[in-house]
Amino acid sequence: MTNNTVQESVKISTRNVDLYYGENHALKDINLDIKTNKITAFIGPSGCGKSTYLKSLNRMNDLIPDCKITGKFLLDGEDIYAEGVDTSVLRRRIGMVFQKPNPFPMSIYDNIAYGPRVHGIKSKAKLDRIVEESLIGAAVFDEVKDRLHKSALSLSGGQQQRICIARAIAVQPEVILMDEPTSALDPVSTLKIEELMNTLKEKYTVAIVTHNMQQATRISDYTAFFLVGEMVEYAQTEELFSRPKDKRTEDYITGRFG
Amino acid sequence: MAKTSGSLTKKHTRISDIILKILIFLSSGIVVALTLGIIIYIIARGLEGMSWNFLSTPAFSYPFENYGVLGNIINTLYLVVITILIATPIGVGAAIYLTEYAKQGKLTRIIEFTTETLAGIPSIIYGLFGSVFFYNIFKVNYSILTGALTLSIMVLPTIIRTTQEAIKTVPMGYREGAIGLGAAKWHTIRTVVLPSCIDGILTSVILSIGRIVGESAALIFTAGIAAEIGINSIGDIFTKVMDQGGSLTVQLYQYAQRGGAEMKYAFSTALVLLVTVLVINICAKLVAYRIRKKRSA
Repeated sequence: MTNNTVQESVKISTRNVDLYYGENHALKDINLDIKTNKITAFIGPSGCGKSTYLKSLNRMNDLIPDCKITGKFLLDGEDIYAEGVDTSVLRRRIGMVFQKPNPFPMSIYDNIAYGPRVHGIKSKAKLDRIVEESLIGAAVFDEVKDRLHKSALSLSGGQQQRICIARAIAVQPEVILMDEPTSALDPVSTLKIEELMNTLKEKYTVAIVTHNMQQATRISDYTAFFLVGEMVEYAQTEELFSRPKDKRTEDYITGRFG
Repeated sequence: MAKTSGSLTKKHTRISDIILKILIFLSSGIVVALTLGIIIYIIARGLEGMSWNFLSTPAFSYPFENYGVLGNIINTLYLVVITILIATPIGVGAAIYLTEYAKQGKLTRIIEFTTETLAGIPSIIYGLFGSVFFYNIFKVNYSILTGALTLSIMVLPTIIRTTQEAIKTVPMGYREGAIGLGAAKWHTIRTVVLPSCIDGILTSVILSIGRIVGESAALIFTAGIAAEIGINSIGDIFTKVMDQGGSLTVQLYQYAQRGGAEMKYAFSTALVLLVTVLVINICAKLVAYRIRKKRSA
């Protein structure tokens, strides 16, 4: 990482992370820094631990019984797994977009307002403003502005995923985690979301898991390559794809396996 | 012409296929004929004793004989409303606990097994138990409340199991979405999970109403057989729950037991029951349809 500029600060720092699902050692000694206002991509074959790692950043793995995590996770220097951490606040600061678009079975408006309401915003005027701003921020406002009170399930898959992004940014997070956000979408919708990610990083730090290496090269600033629970290599995206240091990375990005 | 491995147009029929087909048609025919036959027979016999007087007056034998079911219709309504009010919150609460909170293990399996066993117990045993158990609490031999409490225990398994299945069908993605936005567990259940399976919960309630309306054995010992209306003042509306009150099915049983000329009134009562069940089913379908439509609109 030679051309690492000085003004890049670290948003989330993880050190010596090990994660077990019961007996299964799913993450092995991961050390990784996610940089502020950058897009960091996690690539690797299925089951390599990239999604698991992503979900451990906002403690979504708490929902899974038998999941044991050790190591340090710091968000702006604060320990994410410290005792007494309010996961509600944590997840407001680190939002998430999932692989399959998962809008709630309610109106578009109520979907976006869900998060703000959880965090105690009740004023109609305030919610109206948040809903509009979030939909604009997720580049879906023009398509849905006339049917805000229609069910979000009536939208296309691509629109649904942008609704989910709008829902995530409605709580004004600092980091957005995206778990293969375009894998269930067609190429046109995928392109729209990729364009959107580029504008998102101006305001947010983005971490994305992707199966698609072209996508990683198109959108991300940094890329980490995972393989069977290990993080093999982490570098600026251009660097990693043009001059991989590890043989395994090279084999993977040149399509020799995976 | 290229060599083919079989003609596309030539039909190959086997004798066993034909026999099977006939058997299938026959069995479905029997089912349809039986159902229609019963319904038509009940309507035909039921109409004999049916009149406005039958529907609008209670049955009594003094000072003169009167054949009616109004008192029983009211009693049945009381039983349905009270039972549902008691059983739904308990059943839904238990289902939420079992699916969302309880650690999946031996204890939950035992609870689920017990629930299933409870569902298989003949209703007369519930009646026997209810009459003794609730007599010790209320010191009243027969009352609508005793009947409703007994029925509550009886329909709990239905509500719990159906609600559990409904909760399990709610996509994990909904829960993750809400948790990922910082919602707490109960908030997620209340605002996302329960609204998504409300039609399942409604189905369980409707199924239960069906059982309540059709139940007789558990009620003879508990709610009793009284056929009068028993409401003369506003206060009576509430105190009536401590009165005896025979349901439609119990009245049907009485008419049928006396037989003879009263047999036609048994069929008229059956007709009232049939229509009630039909109306409940139509309502259930409508509610479920409207909910589904609202969600995808």
